[in-house]
Amino acid sequence: MSDVLLKLNGVCLRYGALEVLSDVSLSVKPGEFVSIVGPSGAGKSTILKVLTGAAQADAGTIEFDGKAPGRNDGLFAFMPQRDALMPWRRILDNVTLGLEVQNIGRREARRRVEALMDEFGLTGFERHYPAALSGGMRQRAALLRTVVMERPMLLLDEPFGALDALTRNRMQRWIEGMWLKHRWTALLVTHDIREAVMLSDRIYVLSPRPARVAEIFDIPLPRPRLRDETARARAASIEGAILDMLFSTQEGPAT
Amino acid sequence: MTLLQKRSAAPQPAMRRRWFKRAAPAAIALAGVFAFWECYARLSGISALTLPPPSQVVAQAWAHRQDLLANAIPTLRATLFGFCLSLAAAFLLSVVVDFSTILRRALFPVFIISQTLPLVAIAPLVVLWFGFGLTPKILLVALVTFFPMLVALAQGYAATEKELEELLASMGASRWKRFWLARLPSAMPYLFAGLRISITYAVVGAIFAEYAGAAEGLGIYILNAKNNFRSGLVLAAVGVSSLLTLALFGLTIICQRFLVPWTAGSAAADHQRGGQ
Repeated sequence: MSDVLLKLNGVCLRYGALEVLSDVSLSVKPGEFVSIVGPSGAGKSTILKVLTGAAQADAGTIEFDGKAPGRNDGLFAFMPQRDALMPWRRILDNVTLGLEVQNIGRREARRRVEALMDEFGLTGFERHYPAALSGGMRQRAALLRTVVMERPMLLLDEPFGALDALTRNRMQRWIEGMWLKHRWTALLVTHDIREAVMLSDRIYVLSPRPARVAEIFDIPLPRPRLRDETARARAASIEGAILDMLFSTQEGPAT
Repeated sequence: MTLLQKRSAAPQPAMRRRWFKRAAPAAIALAGVFAFWECYARLSGISALTLPPPSQVVAQAWAHRQDLLANAIPTLRATLFGFCLSLAAAFLLSVVVDFSTILRRALFPVFIISQTLPLVAIAPLVVLWFGFGLTPKILLVALVTFFPMLVALAQGYAATEKELEELLASMGASRWKRFWLARLPSAMPYLFAGLRISITYAVVGAIFAEYAGAAEGLGIYILNAKNNFRSGLVLAAVGVSSLLTLALFGLTIICQRFLVPWTAGSAAADHQRGGQ
């Protein structure tokens, strides 16, 4: 059992009369990068909410390391859509937010963050307010805030969705490099299939709402993928297969 | 880029010019009003006892500057004490109603009713209850100023980005921590908007309270001047109260710059607000 870190089995969730998740099962092994893709409104983000405790599953089981996760076990570091940086905090105080919430002293929190500032390309911007940073930098700050909590697993909710295409590409390359180095266990929710193919070991494709896992794609491509010509070509064909699959399951015209 | 270079090369003249551009229309409008008033008072043949020209008001204000100052200080004191009480009350009540839905439902109607009371009728009663000292003034100032701040705070809390609270919850933050780290700072721009509205009522509230009964203060000064048919002095005291309000208004803007610098109308903050 220990080779699976996170396991969802038959998770269902409804908001009143609206059935959001009908039957979601997935698993993530330690050090794996797993993505969830699916049509917009399918309930991708809801899966993360179930994990962070912001939403309650109505049926099904969730196991983390073989046990049901508790509300305050501190298992997941969550990075929300957009960056959710606090405009009233300087970058340094934004990235230490999670440590502050965990009652880690300011000096210790800053020491931990400062060791990573350079790697995240934020050196020299510690004293800036988020408004003064570019979209890519804000996103890197948000990711730093997430990883510095040193929780067993990262939950990334469309982290690059708000960026322009070029910046997004640069961020994907960067995060690929970072992942190769740190081997975070990560669950990524995205609507960008190319992004999912480039970054993931495995992709869960959701059906339109109510969501269930329509198909699972293993991506056995060697890394790094984003800089490699042949990997890119093979990734493109996988991307095409996922897109075909997505459109064939959607009844009626695409919206 | 060129703009940036220009700005950094010669910040002083450029800033002065921008400031002048913003202030000039207001100054011209104000000068126009006073010029019209001066001409009308001098040319229409109206008695200076009824409507003195502004030049005469200024001259009388200067002649009675010591009296005016001596009476402005108690008014300012009542205003500031009342305002501090009001701010403290608004903050405490805003926290209470933010944490408890039942108390919000119970208290908000009471607050709203408190704002429907006619000050003209209430002020003499409050003086009757609390005497001619500082207390009734403080209470009346608080009564007229606390509501805009309370509403502003409540609105500010409600305007907190949902994602921020979700993020904090995912980090394991308690309700208190979420309030302290997200809701309260989010409400700060709203609080200052409410503060600016309140501060314009505050001096008027204090003068009203003094009008209803006081030993000293601009309100009682105005009442006495009126009873002695000294329109010039009435207007001089009105001008002083106006200046007091403007000074306090300016003070809130300076406070905002220092206490919540990320909101203080900086280009970056405006840009961000526009971009979201």
